[in-house]
Amino acid sequence: MSTKQHTETVSSQKMLFSMAGIGTLCALFIVLTYEGTLPRIQYLRSEALKQSIFKVLPGISETKTFQLNEDQGFTLIDESDGQPTVFAGYDKEGNLIGIAIEAEGQGYADKIKILYGYDPINKTVIGFYVLETKETPGLGDKIEKDENFLQNFVELDVSLKADQSGLANAVVTVKSGEKENPWEVDGITGATISSRAIGEIINESASRWGPIIQQNLKTLKSNSKEVAYE
Amino acid sequence: MSKNTSKGFFESLADGPSTDEFIKGLWKDNPVFVQVLGMCPVLAVSNTAENALAMGLATTFVLLMSNILVSLLRNFIPKQVRIASYILIIATFVTITDYAIQAISVELHKSLGAFISLIVVNCLILSRAEAFASKNTIGKSILDALGMGIGFVFALFCLGAVREILGSGSLFNFALFPAGFQNWVVMILPAGGFFTLALWLLLFNVLKEKKAS
Repeated sequence: MSTKQHTETVSSQKMLFSMAGIGTLCALFIVLTYEGTLPRIQYLRSEALKQSIFKVLPGISETKTFQLNEDQGFTLIDESDGQPTVFAGYDKEGNLIGIAIEAEGQGYADKIKILYGYDPINKTVIGFYVLETKETPGLGDKIEKDENFLQNFVELDVSLKADQSGLANAVVTVKSGEKENPWEVDGITGATISSRAIGEIINESASRWGPIIQQNLKTLKSNSKEVAYE
Repeated sequence: MSKNTSKGFFESLADGPSTDEFIKGLWKDNPVFVQVLGMCPVLAVSNTAENALAMGLATTFVLLMSNILVSLLRNFIPKQVRIASYILIIATFVTITDYAIQAISVELHKSLGAFISLIVVNCLILSRAEAFASKNTIGKSILDALGMGIGFVFALFCLGAVREILGSGSLFNFALFPAGFQNWVVMILPAGGFFTLALWLLLFNVLKEKKAS
């Protein structure tokens, strides 16, 4: 009984002391785990991104990261510092195969983040991969798995207008089975909003990056650091 | 119960009654099927067997570690600030689990998503800290956490397996049915979680009544 009374009249100093003590201990645990796992997490993330670049640009054997600079040109970099970047992919002989571009937009549940491959010679989308999605499992997440839908991005026309100011034909998602033109995306029944979102994301991103890439094709094609810095 | 408090860690492990602390979580006091605790992850992350297992193991780890620390500090934490202290301890281990899962697999972290952070508010963990670990020795608290944790994993797996088999026609990503099988998409949607949970609860209650009569 006496111990019970003792705990009930505990001073606020003791409460403060115990909370601060537990807080310090917890902070120590978190910092140690963070420091311990950081290198491995960064490694896994960059590996995952690298793998997806190889997925959207078939047949490449090497990639280089280019950052958009203030004059709308590209600078070859090793590590991204948060500025918009694209990833150029080259085959064994050093020929430019395509550019992998990250893009995002609003889906049904949350933002969808994708990576797609752009072929600057034929001006087509040649590969597509979903980096991040919270779309409904079983319905919206078909954008990742549906074979017919993924077939859209083997050769999707994103050619530019004659004056290079934007896309000649806007990329649109049409109802499943109604694709007629090479710039249309065949949608998915049961994932209408998600598949439409993908069409919009690619349309917006390709109209932005297409002209920039076409203007800087020389920089991207040169596979050596010296020329790239010109 | 109180006579055990003076005993050491290994003695309490070997104690007869202590094995009950382990067994009770598996069946008699199963956290999901009997206590109906922690329903948010049970319904949300049980759409595949793999997700269910990973979520169950992550929760078990947090439960185990927080039970150990709460039991260790049980004479040190003043009564008035105990809940705040428990939450702090639980949140710490959830953060650690989050980093650990990221370091194990980016894919797994992607599929569990926000639900890792939500382990903090899983009432199963707080209830074991408050109702058990704060009043018992470390040895007993470890057994209690392991029992409850394994019971939770078992229950999540029961739901996840049923939902994946019917909703995706596979188990652990291995296709089970011939190509003609039409997936019951509703089973991997939230509604399917409720259906499956209701059927398992029904089964458990029928078994319990049979045993009683």
